[in-house]
Amino acid sequence: MRNTFYIAWRETRAYFLTPTAYIVGAMFLVLTGIFFVFQVTSTRPEASVRSIIEWATFFMVFFAPLITMRLLAEEQKLGTLELLLTSPVSDWQVALGKYLASIIILYVTVSLTLYYVLLLYIFGSPDIGPVLTGYLGLLLYSAACGAIGLAASSLTSNQLIAAVVGVAILLTLSFADSVGYTLSGVIKTILMWVCMDAHLNDFTKGVFDFSHIIYYFSVIGIFLFFTIMSLQSRRWR
Amino acid sequence: MSGDTVIKFLNEIILFSIFNFRKVLVINKNSSAIQLNGVTKYYGNYPAITDISFDVSLGESVGFLGPNGAGKSTTMKIITGFMPPTSGSVSIAGYDVVSESLQARRMIGYLPETVPLYTDMVVREYLYFMGKIRGMSNSKINKRIDDVIEMCGLEIYRNSIIGKLSKGFRQRLGISQAILHEPEILVLDEPTIGIDPIQVVETRDLIKNLKGNHTLIVSTHILPEASAICDRVIIIHEGEIVAIDSPDQLGNRLRGGVLIELDIKGPRKQVVKALQNLDGVRNVMRVTGEDDGTATYSVDTDQSIDVSPKLASLIVNSGWELKKLETLGMTLEEIFLKLTTTEESIKE
Repeated sequence: MRNTFYIAWRETRAYFLTPTAYIVGAMFLVLTGIFFVFQVTSTRPEASVRSIIEWATFFMVFFAPLITMRLLAEEQKLGTLELLLTSPVSDWQVALGKYLASIIILYVTVSLTLYYVLLLYIFGSPDIGPVLTGYLGLLLYSAACGAIGLAASSLTSNQLIAAVVGVAILLTLSFADSVGYTLSGVIKTILMWVCMDAHLNDFTKGVFDFSHIIYYFSVIGIFLFFTIMSLQSRRWR
Repeated sequence: MSGDTVIKFLNEIILFSIFNFRKVLVINKNSSAIQLNGVTKYYGNYPAITDISFDVSLGESVGFLGPNGAGKSTTMKIITGFMPPTSGSVSIAGYDVVSESLQARRMIGYLPETVPLYTDMVVREYLYFMGKIRGMSNSKINKRIDDVIEMCGLEIYRNSIIGKLSKGFRQRLGISQAILHEPEILVLDEPTIGIDPIQVVETRDLIKNLKGNHTLIVSTHILPEASAICDRVIIIHEGEIVAIDSPDQLGNRLRGGVLIELDIKGPRKQVVKALQNLDGVRNVMRVTGEDDGTATYSVDTDQSIDVSPKLASLIVNSGWELKKLETLGMTLEEIFLKLTTTEESIKE
């Protein structure tokens, strides 16, 4: 466990010392900010976080893979992965440490959007319920994106490829419901259940449903497991 | 350091510190430091190394010598547990690198061929991290960081960003991380590759100073380097071991040895047998043969005895024709080439 924290600590420091996270984070905040402004200046403004959450999750699909792309891809490129994997550290500790670091960065960025919520409270009076569940949903969604981005990063030593693969998986998962609507039967049910965005709706409405939480934890679990498998694949290649 | 206090705090509140339970490693003095048993590794259908077996005892320093692509790095990666062998087994101080991987890894300091450095980190910080993931305590790390920085001559770069260091200093930093946790066994893969000649000498001296404190295995494709650093040299070619010997012996056998080339017309098998039985002859190889019964033989002989007159009289007395007798000088490098280039060696 200790090793996990050291790896996470090193990785988080690296994030703060390199410009990528700042640039990508700033872009994320600007884009969510623009759409927040559109919403509150529209003809029927709403004192709710719904639009913030929805736009934040939309941009998260691009933001998270850009944050996670370096995690394992860069280690492979620098050859430090060889060092890490020949140190007395197990594969799961490496994967978990990396994941923890990306979660810290994603959550720091997400927490900065609370500024918009603050504005909502100053100029309106939104219900506290949907704000809390909405943000819970956003945090779960971001964590799932991070796990998928990390898995993509474990596949290649090229950061760009890692980011593209991550975005591709996330887009597929978040637009699965659009395809689902046009179909029927079992396939529709599966697509609707797999879709990351479909599980978010209840959160933004202020509904707290455990099945959605289980869904996001399953996604995180599956992709972390995949990452560990990917690290171990050198053993049977 | 604030990050560190947070980590400490988290450590205390987390109950499954079962994971922190650190086994005390006992080195069995009877077991070899490194033991390879019939190790074979395939990349796809292509064998990188075939049936490699050798022992390295505690405190010994061994050079792993071979031309590029001979399978040196593959062997190093298997020894350090980065990848498992296709067949065969490796044990580090008695711990199997596959089934008892973590214990085996604790014994090892490793410098891979591409020096593994986080280029955006500061030298000190990097060493701190390396110490931490190897389970060293804070006070010990800080002391050791100062030690290794001094040992490797990195004092002025203590607080430099690694990305800005020159190749030679990166190499030294690579060595410092390998020795930081005072490992029993040190595995260095091509430690002097790609750095300038002065730095090569300095790096070699540095490695020589490490002898005695560690069991050392150094891979290289430069013969003088292996003989300068090591007690014993293992020569590998095309994935197979061709020779294991001490550099002195190797040197005696080789540098001291004189190669004589003979063109003889006579029955080949008998010629070889007769030559081999002669006092002072160590090895006989047939180089080429012609249809009329003439063949060129290269004879490896002791330097201490001048064998040429005896060779000449032997051949004449046996009734064979001696067409040429030439004494060739011999350097280590030439022998190394001889050892590793495929040539038909006649054995009865």
